[in-house]
Amino acid sequence: MKSDWITNLSRRRFLAAGVATAAGLTLGIMPVTRADTRRSGPGFAGAAPADQAAFQPNAFLRIGSDNQITVISKHLEMGQGTYTGLATLVAEELDAAWEQVRVEGAPADAKRYRNLYWGEAQGTGGSTAIANSWMQMRKAGAAARHMLVEAAAKQWQVKADEIGVEAGRLTHAPSGRSASFGEMADAAAQQPVPQEVLLKEPDEFRLIGKRLPRKDSPEKTDGSALFTIDVQLLEMYTAVVAHPPRFGAKVRSFDDKAARAIKGVKQVLQIPSGIAVVGDDFWSAKQGRDALQVEWDESEAFKQSSSEILDSYRELADQPGTVARNEGDSETAMAKAAKVIEAEYSVPFLAHAPMEPMDCVVRIDASGCEIWNGEQMNTGDQMAVAGLLGLQPEQVRIHMLYAGGSFGRRANPKADYVLEAVHIAKTMPPGTPVKLIWTREDDMRAGYYRPLYLHKLKAGLDAENRPMVWQQRIVGQSILAGTPFESVMVKDGIDQTSVEGAANLPYALKHIHIDLHSPQLQVPVLWWRSVGSTHTAFAVECFLDELAAEAGKDPVAFRRALLAEHPRHLGVLNLAVEKAGWDEPLGRNRGRGVAVHESFNSYVAQVAEVTVRRGVIYVDRVVIAVDCGVPVNPDVIEAQMQGGMGFGLAATLASELTLREGRVEQSNFHDYLTLRIDQMPEVEVYIVPSTEAPTGVGEPATPVIAPAVANAVFAATGQRLRQLPLRPA
Amino acid sequence: MIQLTINGSKQSLDIDPGMPLLWALRDHMGLTGTKFGCGIAQCGSCTIHLDGEPVRSCITPASEAIGKQITTIEGLKSPSGKAVQAAWRELEVVQCGYCQSGQIMSAAALLERKSKPTDAEIDAAMQGNLCRCATYVRIRAAIKAAANKSV
Repeated sequence: MKSDWITNLSRRRFLAAGVATAAGLTLGIMPVTRADTRRSGPGFAGAAPADQAAFQPNAFLRIGSDNQITVISKHLEMGQGTYTGLATLVAEELDAAWEQVRVEGAPADAKRYRNLYWGEAQGTGGSTAIANSWMQMRKAGAAARHMLVEAAAKQWQVKADEIGVEAGRLTHAPSGRSASFGEMADAAAQQPVPQEVLLKEPDEFRLIGKRLPRKDSPEKTDGSALFTIDVQLLEMYTAVVAHPPRFGAKVRSFDDKAARAIKGVKQVLQIPSGIAVVGDDFWSAKQGRDALQVEWDESEAFKQSSSEILDSYRELADQPGTVARNEGDSETAMAKAAKVIEAEYSVPFLAHAPMEPMDCVVRIDASGCEIWNGEQMNTGDQMAVAGLLGLQPEQVRIHMLYAGGSFGRRANPKADYVLEAVHIAKTMPPGTPVKLIWTREDDMRAGYYRPLYLHKLKAGLDAENRPMVWQQRIVGQSILAGTPFESVMVKDGIDQTSVEGAANLPYALKHIHIDLHSPQLQVPVLWWRSVGSTHTAFAVECFLDELAAEAGKDPVAFRRALLAEHPRHLGVLNLAVEKAGWDEPLGRNRGRGVAVHESFNSYVAQVAEVTVRRGVIYVDRVVIAVDCGVPVNPDVIEAQMQGGMGFGLAATLASELTLREGRVEQSNFHDYLTLRIDQMPEVEVYIVPSTEAPTGVGEPATPVIAPAVANAVFAATGQRLRQLPLRPA
Repeated sequence: MIQLTINGSKQSLDIDPGMPLLWALRDHMGLTGTKFGCGIAQCGSCTIHLDGEPVRSCITPASEAIGKQITTIEGLKSPSGKAVQAAWRELEVVQCGYCQSGQIMSAAALLERKSKPTDAEIDAAMQGNLCRCATYVRIRAAIKAAANKSV
């Protein structure tokens, strides 16, 4: 297990306190509070010394002679609870005690740590962590258990099937012998790795399904959790970058005299994405950037406003697009419909705005490149950096640290901020680390947004008010265009992430036609928690509500009648509605709305209760039902339902990123509004019991709240709001 | 050189006195539990205590802390602070965790002022602390749990 870089790193980390000052290097030794190896942690935080790592049966765990079990997570922990979930799967089949398990982030190595749903690439996204690891992690644990048992049988000269394992102890009842995993670790390491292992049946689970405590809670409540921004290395500098004011603008010239005069500024340099100021610390680099005079060449820059983009999308929507789904004959059916309903829905650009702004630490020397990052796209970033530096991918060593949120932002196929950090680091003396820190203004204005989208919908009811035909035209930028994912996930001109949640419309209509326009703009776009569903669920679930109203039917009864073939949609819908007390009357200015949506193979229904007063929407209560297969950790699922919904609620009520002549109008949290505690409703979460293989929970709660709230506003006021964020008259 | 009292111990820092306390603590003292989120006192991630009062360290010049007691998440030792941290763990508040040092510092300061805060008082005291993971339901519950325990 012990590799050179871990050893080097540990040593450097022990010294990790040096702060370069104007006077030179100061070796102020600071308390290394994060060296406590009993804790969970990302990357190298407490890599076990080799003599304790007695037994490592596979790439996903090791057991030390100190009886500590380290689970190696191939996925990024960004809040969704993946460290806890993956460790649960391993510990379950290993029959470990939860307390003896800690978690460590895996290095970038697609051979060992690829996402089984992503071909040959390692990375975290699409709510796949638990789903793709479900069998892999359990097998890893079961293999280790098997080897421990075989070792004990050999040592004790007893039959293996007479040995019981519970909570990290091996016991042979007939002879009264027992040993901890740690005591048996060395012997287990001598056993052959089994080719096949027997996994538990669901009724044998002891940890799966329990509300086990999160592995990252202790260090995230005492300030010791290590995020990228916290990395401190010897002789490290900090960089801040001046980015162009418009997308596509370039540096024409710059004057760095004033910047270089700032105490602590060490270097000012032009890089492809702007002008970087390198300083002894953040404050000197930031002051240096503020003192820079940059003239930008904006001749090729993007200069449209959001309103113009929306207008151009409306024009596009008059033309047929590329067909994503076509069933029956929607044109003929529409002509015959007794009643035709039309509506237009739109959503703005959105910043991800995770609490930790983009940041990355890079150190380059003759042996290669070392990166510390809240790493969500391990293989993509590794390849991009290797390409830039002319290295072999394995020479790019990435330490996956905790991410202070991401919501998709850190999984950029174009590796933007990572490459920016590398561009700066390669100008430094060999071996000198640089920490790139984006300010919040950079985060808001330097790009990669949920794209602005327009949906045009038309539907027809028959004489009995039954919906027969559904037409939907979707207009918005392709996220995948120009990325390595394009060849896999763009089929027949359809970017799957543009139409997911609409093209798989579950409702039973005879005639369905859904098509897509993917206009190309210079505005950089990216997946944003729940991706296509962020806009498709809003358009579909609101428009369906309009049809129910036109048909004079209850929104729940209307949906039920169309979901007979979709039991899991029906299951969550019925559960949420029952727990919400759907039929109980609400007071004046109050209303209840419902939405149900599947994303990433998880099913979520939400019922929102709102009060609308003087043009303000107050969301009082949200009832959520989720079906995500076997609930691995109900507490984490509940947290993801609460938080995922809250993330969507911000975009429902407040968040909007607008362009004015190409410039982003918002800059920080005072004008890019997100959800604050006083806007958070009461939330109830109900989990559908299931023995299906587990599916993800990080994203599926997010897209459901906007339509639930918009439909509730209609119930309360009679107003249909078709644009996010919702602004009642 | 300026002298600051950080988590009970006196420190000399060779910094520009106008440097925000946040960066003095993070870059010069290695106290990285206090986080940078916005730089303009809009998100609360950088909340620390100055003589027991919650302040946003990202807009507080280091010089303003001279002669005062600076407490960061690493040095939070008060009974209400400990109760808040314990409640945070018991109720599993954290997700990404980045804002939580600031949340805990704000919550601990609230409980110093009000041992039994109402919902409205909790909202008012915590309104300046953003959490993009939206852990707010549990933050509320944990503050109440800490209030009940610390009496």
